[in-house]
Amino acid sequence: MTTLAPIDCDIHPSIPNLAALLPYLEDHWRETVRLRGMDELNSISYPARSPLTARPDWRPDRGKPAATLEQIRNECLDPFGSALAICNCLYGVQLLFSEDMAAAFARAVNSWVAAELLDREPRLRASIVVPTQNVELAVDEIERRAGDPRFVQVLLLASGDQPLGKRVYWPIYAAAARHRLTIGIHAGSAYHNPPTAVGWPSYYTEDYTAQAQAFQTQLSSLICEGVFNQYPDLMVVLLESGWTWLPAHLWRLTKYWRGLRMEIPWVDRSPFDIVRSNVRLSLQPTDGPPDSASLERVIEHLQSDALLLFSTDYPHWQFDGADPLPDGLPASLVRKIMVDNPRATYARLLEPVR
Amino acid sequence: MSRHVVAPVTEVPPGSHRQYTVKGRPIAVFNLDGEYFGMLDRCPHQGGSLCAGVISGVLVSSKPGVYRYERKGEFVRCPWHGWEFDIRTGQSYCDPAKIRGKAYPVNVASGAEVVEGPYVAETVPVRVEEDYIVVDM
Amino acid sequence: MTQQTELTRPVSAATRMAIADCDIHHSPREFTMLYKYLEPRWREHLDLFGQRARQGNYSGPQYPKSQPDASRRDAWPPGGGRPGSNLDFMRTHHLDANNIALGVLAMIRPHPGGFQNLDLSAALCRAINDWQVAEWTQPEPRLKASIVVPYEDAAASVREIERWAGSPDMVQVLLLSRTVEPLGNRRYWPIYEAAAAAGLPVGIHAFGNGGQPTSSTGWSSFYIEDMVGHAQSCQSMVTSMVVEGIFARFPALRVVLIEAGFAWLASLAWRLDRNWRRLRAETPHLTRLPSEYIRNHIWLTTQPMEEPDPSEHLRDVIEWIGWDRLLFATDYPHWDYDDPQTAMPLRLTQQQREAFFIGNARDVYTPGWRNQP
Repeated sequence: MTTLAPIDCDIHPSIPNLAALLPYLEDHWRETVRLRGMDELNSISYPARSPLTARPDWRPDRGKPAATLEQIRNECLDPFGSALAICNCLYGVQLLFSEDMAAAFARAVNSWVAAELLDREPRLRASIVVPTQNVELAVDEIERRAGDPRFVQVLLLASGDQPLGKRVYWPIYAAAARHRLTIGIHAGSAYHNPPTAVGWPSYYTEDYTAQAQAFQTQLSSLICEGVFNQYPDLMVVLLESGWTWLPAHLWRLTKYWRGLRMEIPWVDRSPFDIVRSNVRLSLQPTDGPPDSASLERVIEHLQSDALLLFSTDYPHWQFDGADPLPDGLPASLVRKIMVDNPRATYARLLEPVR
Repeated sequence: MSRHVVAPVTEVPPGSHRQYTVKGRPIAVFNLDGEYFGMLDRCPHQGGSLCAGVISGVLVSSKPGVYRYERKGEFVRCPWHGWEFDIRTGQSYCDPAKIRGKAYPVNVASGAEVVEGPYVAETVPVRVEEDYIVVDM
Repeated sequence: MTQQTELTRPVSAATRMAIADCDIHHSPREFTMLYKYLEPRWREHLDLFGQRARQGNYSGPQYPKSQPDASRRDAWPPGGGRPGSNLDFMRTHHLDANNIALGVLAMIRPHPGGFQNLDLSAALCRAINDWQVAEWTQPEPRLKASIVVPYEDAAASVREIERWAGSPDMVQVLLLSRTVEPLGNRRYWPIYEAAAAAGLPVGIHAFGNGGQPTSSTGWSSFYIEDMVGHAQSCQSMVTSMVVEGIFARFPALRVVLIEAGFAWLASLAWRLDRNWRRLRAETPHLTRLPSEYIRNHIWLTTQPMEEPDPSEHLRDVIEWIGWDRLLFATDYPHWDYDDPQTAMPLRLTQQQREAFFIGNARDVYTPGWRNQP
C-alpha cells in the first residue's frame, strides 16, 4: 500500500436493524412498523451469512458487519488510511412496492446516515438513498438532502423496474445535475424483474455474477437514450460492477451504433467517448485475469486512466489483507485511482463542509 | 492519373447510381441533381457494395426525442451493416475523420472533347453530340 | 482505427482457402411450404391461431430491424422470395463465392422451440427437420443442418434428438438463448444428456423469447439495445450452465454459442472464478473452476465480429478465450453479416487461420475428420 490517503468510493455501513430507523421515521410510519409487524428490509442481494457479504475478519460475533462507527473506523477508515469514504447504504428500500412507504424509509435511512455517521465522523460522505419506485418522490428526497454537502451522490440500484436511461427517470438526473451530485449505480436489484434476462437462477452465485450484466444493460440504456446529451455534465459511477467487462461491452455497443445510430440520432459520438467523459467505475471487485500481465492488457483496453475510482467495498469480501489494489496496476495509475480520479468525479467532495 | 469515360450521362439520371469498372476496380457513380460523384464500390468497413445500398438523407438530432431528417438523397447506406457515407465526400457519418470511402473525381465531358482526347474510352462508343461521365483515376 | 480505405483486392474464389461457415440462415420461401411436412391437424391450428411465442406481435416487430427481413440488401434472390430461401441463389451468392466447404444451417425463421403450445412446438420442429434435410442438406452436401427441438419440453426434445441421432445431415442440436428458465436449469438436462449420447454438440443461437423482460431491469427502448443485450443474456445463460453443473454432470457435452459475440467471455470467466472461490459452499457439485468448464466445453461462433480499435486488442481477447474455441460464421443472409475476406483484422499464422476459418469447426461438427483420407 502506498502512503497516499485514498478516497474510498464505496463502503457499506449496515443499518443495524429496522428498530434503529424508528427514531427517524414519521409517526405514521413508526406506527405502521409496529402495527403491521415489519421486522426487517434485508435484500437477497447480500444474504447476511454469505461469505461475500462480509470479510471474515470484519464479521462481528454479534450483529451486522459495518453497523457501528467504531467498526467502520477500526476496520476500514484507519487501516486503509482513507482521507474520505463514501457510504452507500444498501437496505431494502428499493424493493418495496408501496411508493410512499419506500419514500418514508429512504428518508429515514438518509437521516440515520446523517445523524449516526456523518455528524460524528468527518471522514465520511454519503449517497442519497431514493425511492426509485416514484421519480417525483425521489426528486423530493434529493432536494431535501441537497443542502447538505456531505451527501455527494444519488444512489440507484443496477436493476429496477425499467432501464435507467428511460425518460421517466430524467427528473432524477436533472436534480442531480442541478446540485452537482453524481449518480451512483450500485450492484443489487429491486427484484421487480427476474435477476437475469433469462429468468430466476437457482443459485446466489448466479445472481451476484449477473450484476455485471445488469451494469452493461444500464450503460447501454443511459447512452442510447441520450441521458448524457441531455445532462452533459452528469457523472455516473458504476459501483461494485466488476468493471473488466467494460471494453468488450463498448466494442459491441460502438459497432452496433455505427450501423443503427439512426434509431438514436442524438448519440453523435462513439460510446467509448461518452464513457470517457461521463462514466466512472469503482475498483473493487476487480474481476481480473489470474496474471498481472493480462490485467495490464485489460487496463490498456480501457484506453483511459481516468475511469477507475479507488474502493474497498468494505465490508464485502473482495480481497484479503490490507491492500485493495490488485497486482498489475501501473504505478502512474495508482495515484489517479486513489486520489485524482475520485476528486475529479465527485464535484461535492471539493466543497467545504460546515 | 488518367481520365476514363464510363458511360453516356443518360445512363445515370439524377438521383440514381450505378457501378462501373475502371482499371479493374468497381466504382460507384452517383448523380445528385446533375452533379456526379464517384466512390470505390466497396464499403471501407467490410467491403459491401455501396451500389447495392440505399440512398437516403441523414438523421440528426439536437436532443433526445428530436429527429431532423436532412440532406435527402446525399447519403448512401451500406447494404450490409448500414454504415452511412456522404456521397459528396465519401466520409462516414460515424467517424468522418478515420472511416471514409475512397472518392474519385467524376466529371461530365462532351462527346467532342472525348473524341479529341486524352481519354480512355475502351468500352464506351462515343458520339460527339452526347455528354459522357468521366472518372479520374 | 486501422481502417483501410481500400480493401484487399478481390480474390478469385478458386484461390481462396476453403472455409466453414457455422451460422447460415435458410428459410422456406413461404411459411406454408412447411405444411407438406406437417400433420393436417397442425396446419389447421396454425391457420386458425398462428404461432404464439411469448411475444406480443403475431406479425410486425416490436423492435423493427435495421433492414427488411433483417437481411443484407443484396441477398434477396433475383427470382423472388426471402433472403436465404433459394438454395440455388445461396450456392452462387454465398457458398461458391466464399469457397465454403462446410456450412452449418441454423433454422431460426422460425425456431419453434419457444412456442407456448408445446405440442405445436414439437410438431413444427419435426416438420422443419424433415424439410431441411429433404430440401437443403440432401441436395447440397456442403450444407449440414441443426436439429431444432421443442426445448421447453425436454421429453419431446429427446425424442427428436433420438430420431436424428447418427444422421449425417445433422451436426448439432439447436436451441435459442432466451428461454423460460436459465438453460442450466434441470428441466433442460435431458436435452444435454441426449445430445451428448448422440455425440452432437448443442448449439445455442442468440434470440428467442423466454417470456420475461430481456434484461434484469426491464424492456429497453431500442433495437440496438436488444442486439447488444444478447451478450448480456448469453452471459447469464453461460453462468447458469456452469453453476448448475451441467458440464460436471455430462462430461461429453459440447456447447456452441452462436451469434452471441465472444469478447465478453474472458471477463465473465474471471468473474465466475472469483465468485465461485468465495461462494463455493453453495455449489458443491462443481469440482473445477468455472473457467475450466468453459475452456473445455464451450465454443463460440465469431459473428458479429468484435471490432476493437485498435484491432490488436482482439488478439488479447482471443488468446484469453483460446484460438481453438472460435468458429468462423457469416450469419448469411442477415444484415450484420461478416465477410470472410475482411472480418478478421489481425495478421494470423497459417495455423491460426486454419483453426479459425475451418479446423475448429470440423473438430466440433465432424469429429474424426483429421484421420479421414
